Amino acid sequence: MKIAYRQEDIIAAVSTPAGSGGIGIVRISGEGAVELADRIFVGKCPLVKKPSHTISYGHIKDGETVIDEVLVSVMRAPHTYTKEDIVEINCHGGGYVTHRVLETVLKYGARSAEAGEFTKRAFLNGRIDLTQAEAVIDLISSPTEYAREMAVGQLEGRLKRKVKQMRSEVIDMIASLEAVIDYPEYDVEEESKQSIRKKSETLLAQMEELLSSAAQGKILKEGIKTVILGKPNVGKSSLLNFLLEEERAIVTDIPGTTRDTVEETVNLHGIAVKLVDTAGIRETADQVEKIGVERSKAHAKDADLLLLLLDSSKELEEEDREIFPLLEGKKSVVLLNKTDLPAKLDLAQVKKEIPGASIVLPVSIQKGEGMESFLQALKDLFFDGEITPQKTMLQNTRQKDALQKAKDATCHLLETLQMDLPEDFLSMDLQEISEALGEITGDAASDEIIDRIFTKFCLGK
Amino acid sequence: MYQADTIDIAVIGGGHAGCEAALAAARMGMDTVMFAISLDSIAMMPCNPSIGGSSKGHLVREIDALGGEMGKVIDAAYIQTKMLNTAKGPAVYSLRAQADKIKYQAEMKHRLEKTEHLRIKQAEIAEILVEDGAVVGVMTTAGAVYRCKAVVLCTGTYLMGRCLCGDHITQSGPNNLMAATHLSDCLRKLGIRLYRFKTGTPARMLRRSLDFDKMTPQYGDENIVPFSFSNRKEDIARQQVLCYLTYTNERTHQVIRENLHRSPLFSGMIEGTGPRYCPSIEDKVVRFADKAAHQLFIEPEGESTDEMYIQGMSSSLPEDVQIAMYRTIPGLEHCEITRFAYAIEYDCIDATQLKLSLEFKQYKGLFSAGQFNGSSGYEEAAAQGIIGGINAAQYVKKKAPLILRRNDGYIGVLIDDLISKGSKEPYRMMTSRAEFRLLLRQDNADLRLTPYGYQVGLIDEKRYQAFLSKKAAIEQEIARVRKTVIRPSKKATEIFATYGSTPIQSGVHLSDLIKRPEFDYEKLAPLDTERPVLAEAVREQVNIQIKYEGYINQQMRHVEQFAKLEEKVLPEDMDYLSMQGLRLEAQQKLDAIRPASIGQASRITGVSPADVSVLLVYLEQRNRRQKEESK
Repeated sequence: MKIAYRQEDIIAAVSTPAGSGGIGIVRISGEGAVELADRIFVGKCPLVKKPSHTISYGHIKDGETVIDEVLVSVMRAPHTYTKEDIVEINCHGGGYVTHRVLETVLKYGARSAEAGEFTKRAFLNGRIDLTQAEAVIDLISSPTEYAREMAVGQLEGRLKRKVKQMRSEVIDMIASLEAVIDYPEYDVEEESKQSIRKKSETLLAQMEELLSSAAQGKILKEGIKTVILGKPNVGKSSLLNFLLEEERAIVTDIPGTTRDTVEETVNLHGIAVKLVDTAGIRETADQVEKIGVERSKAHAKDADLLLLLLDSSKELEEEDREIFPLLEGKKSVVLLNKTDLPAKLDLAQVKKEIPGASIVLPVSIQKGEGMESFLQALKDLFFDGEITPQKTMLQNTRQKDALQKAKDATCHLLETLQMDLPEDFLSMDLQEISEALGEITGDAASDEIIDRIFTKFCLGK
Repeated sequence: MYQADTIDIAVIGGGHAGCEAALAAARMGMDTVMFAISLDSIAMMPCNPSIGGSSKGHLVREIDALGGEMGKVIDAAYIQTKMLNTAKGPAVYSLRAQADKIKYQAEMKHRLEKTEHLRIKQAEIAEILVEDGAVVGVMTTAGAVYRCKAVVLCTGTYLMGRCLCGDHITQSGPNNLMAATHLSDCLRKLGIRLYRFKTGTPARMLRRSLDFDKMTPQYGDENIVPFSFSNRKEDIARQQVLCYLTYTNERTHQVIRENLHRSPLFSGMIEGTGPRYCPSIEDKVVRFADKAAHQLFIEPEGESTDEMYIQGMSSSLPEDVQIAMYRTIPGLEHCEITRFAYAIEYDCIDATQLKLSLEFKQYKGLFSAGQFNGSSGYEEAAAQGIIGGINAAQYVKKKAPLILRRNDGYIGVLIDDLISKGSKEPYRMMTSRAEFRLLLRQDNADLRLTPYGYQVGLIDEKRYQAFLSKKAAIEQEIARVRKTVIRPSKKATEIFATYGSTPIQSGVHLSDLIKRPEFDYEKLAPLDTERPVLAEAVREQVNIQIKYEGYINQQMRHVEQFAKLEEKVLPEDMDYLSMQGLRLEAQQKLDAIRPASIGQASRITGVSPADVSVLLVYLEQRNRRQKEESK
């Protein structure tokens, strides 16, 4: 059942800019928002019993897992911004925790707010003056359009192909069931219940895998695990300082698994970059130059991104070439540093020697030359386009939200199969799956099923 | 030219749409005239000799629930009947009947003749007369002017009809009937956009030239189910006839492939093929080249004729190729073709020019229904016909039109799809088009629609009272079943063992037991000692409504959300082209289609969720302005 626009849903979003530190606020609006919050909030007394415009202390829990220690404001309709019930969860700032709280809220029944949706509701519910209608429209139309394009653009690559393929399989199953239903007298080869069960189990496994390891989700949660490689004195510490200066907030300080390793996550324009093996860098920056290539190799193995520094004022040396094999099969950026000095190394030669390198850029870290391109390249690598931090997070949540819905519908389908209900009910479940997956890929049309029926089967008088 | 008469409503065309439209209008008290080019072709079935089938059976039952005629006529004229899809779930049970075509026509014609306020006339309408944007009359080709208040166009495939059989082309309507050649020009002058659609029909053959020993007989159901809710099965019980199944083979396909260049639909490459769900055999062979055999059903055209219909093999190949290809088929080796297969082209309209009431947006009192609106099939036509007739009458009575929504019935889905999306090929009803199909079952069409039929005056008091008591009986029994507790007993243990169900340890609600996959309402009867004697139709409802309660409730929740957007009415004079924030495509589509509600707008291809949000804001802005002005 496709509802293009759901005016009555409970909506939620992070209402503070991501990565701005301090406090993060997750806002929930709509009829039933307080009841929803109660399902994840544990405090002295349930929120439904609290008077309007009060703040309660407690914890956000997902089942038994404590997500965060929070302050929750309850504001009841109609004296709120949207004139609906609103709950605001004030959690610990920083992208990760706020994001987890939002995810929990979505898991328990809210949906991600569209761009400008709180304001739109405020207007539709008579909270905002008529003179501001135009501003409201601007808010709805332009960013949503941007978001829509971005949602698709961001999905390019493996994830999108995967989701599209899964959806296509689901539509195949629907088409097969529907062809038999709409042409009962024809001997259409019907998809058996066993085959549907088998395929659904595979789909479920794929969805679970995507949910737990979706490249972007992982990046958002844990950051891009990044290792800086290079021979001594090539500029590793300068690069590190540059990145640390660029950061807008230190998100987390997680002691590493080995005693002498510290991982620092910095937020570079919305991308959390986790720099590995940076122990003691700040205090004794010079030390880093002494860390040998051998040491880096171990970390390079399980990194998401490798940054290799080469000295463009010198010929390639054996020490450089030793590192090259590490780049194979990895996302990597090769920086030809020291462009401020006379060049002895050119781009073409490096590209030839390291065919696996994702990007090769000439820079001067010292002079700050080429660093903008470097940051842009980093973003491109993972997001395939320009994305602001908040949007990245939002889109990601929405995709995950939809994938979760698809997964729930798949579980339901398996139950329906277990109960041995007739084909019609299987088709209903399958359509729910296809719609949820369609929300991720941006496809949704019932005509598609009918098209598929007539492409696959020869039917009719 | 002469002044012939002054009437309320003129119905143009006497096919399945025209018949329902004329009957509905007349029964609602309107002085109605139905015009047909030939009165002998009233309610003709120019293609397959059957009514109903998947989703089409739903339509027939809905027409009946509203007080229409198709269900009653097929109940009187059927020669074989089947309930299809009985293993696929209650929503997709599909009733289909083979019709005696000749009897069907005669029955329908006679019913029209006997209907008060209705007259039928043999004439071709040449012009629709319009004054100040409203219909005022029609004129026949002979110059007879009938002044009227409303017109329902039901021209089917007759407008500029053109039949093709190889390179033999005739300017005619279906079955060699005269085409209507005047009205298209008039419609164009009125600024109505016309499309040209194609469809086709297979050959008919003489029964005694066929060898049925080489085919598989197809039997009807023993337990017959009437289409009409006002018929009981014993009223219509009869001896049923046989149909037969045979197959094409490689030789057939070879004949077709060798002669493709002589098919008008295959001038070179596939171009202008017919509707996808009604492909010609040429289409099938080309598009599904690896399929070794195609099914063919051999069906009688009636009891007073020996002509047989060859379902599955429509074609526009020339006659000599048809003879060669049909004779490759087991059982058809010596076939005598009585009528050759042909393709037909005809004028129809872009249905996005209509409102959901089936009235043209441009002209008051001008309604349009049936194949002329871009649909295909007798049932789809009749479904629009009854709505067109009802709303023409409502218009004359200055009452609000009857608009069925997507959650009311397949009729609502059909009309909403045609009007909101338009159609680039003839539209066939399919169960997958109905998003609330678990609620729109063929078994509950009366529960859904009879109140509407009563409201407009098509359902009489007696039938309505019967309906109300059926409804009450269902509700009472459901309430009783919910309260009834089944306790462990020796008998219970036996019954549970019979059906392989887990025995109960303590008292369990009967309703919960019905929900178990291995049980239903009937199977548990021996344990339900207080059960009253109830009609089969009541028991069926109780079973379905309890057994599938969870799924039904889920769809009802979807309907609630859906209904909220349907209730947000978009005024007719919205200026979409000047709305900032709407994307260009959405502006143009909204401007052309002018949806009745936000809900309808959201279903138009090319209108995104963001556009819908923008519309909501404009609508609110407008409503508030109006409120302020009225202060």
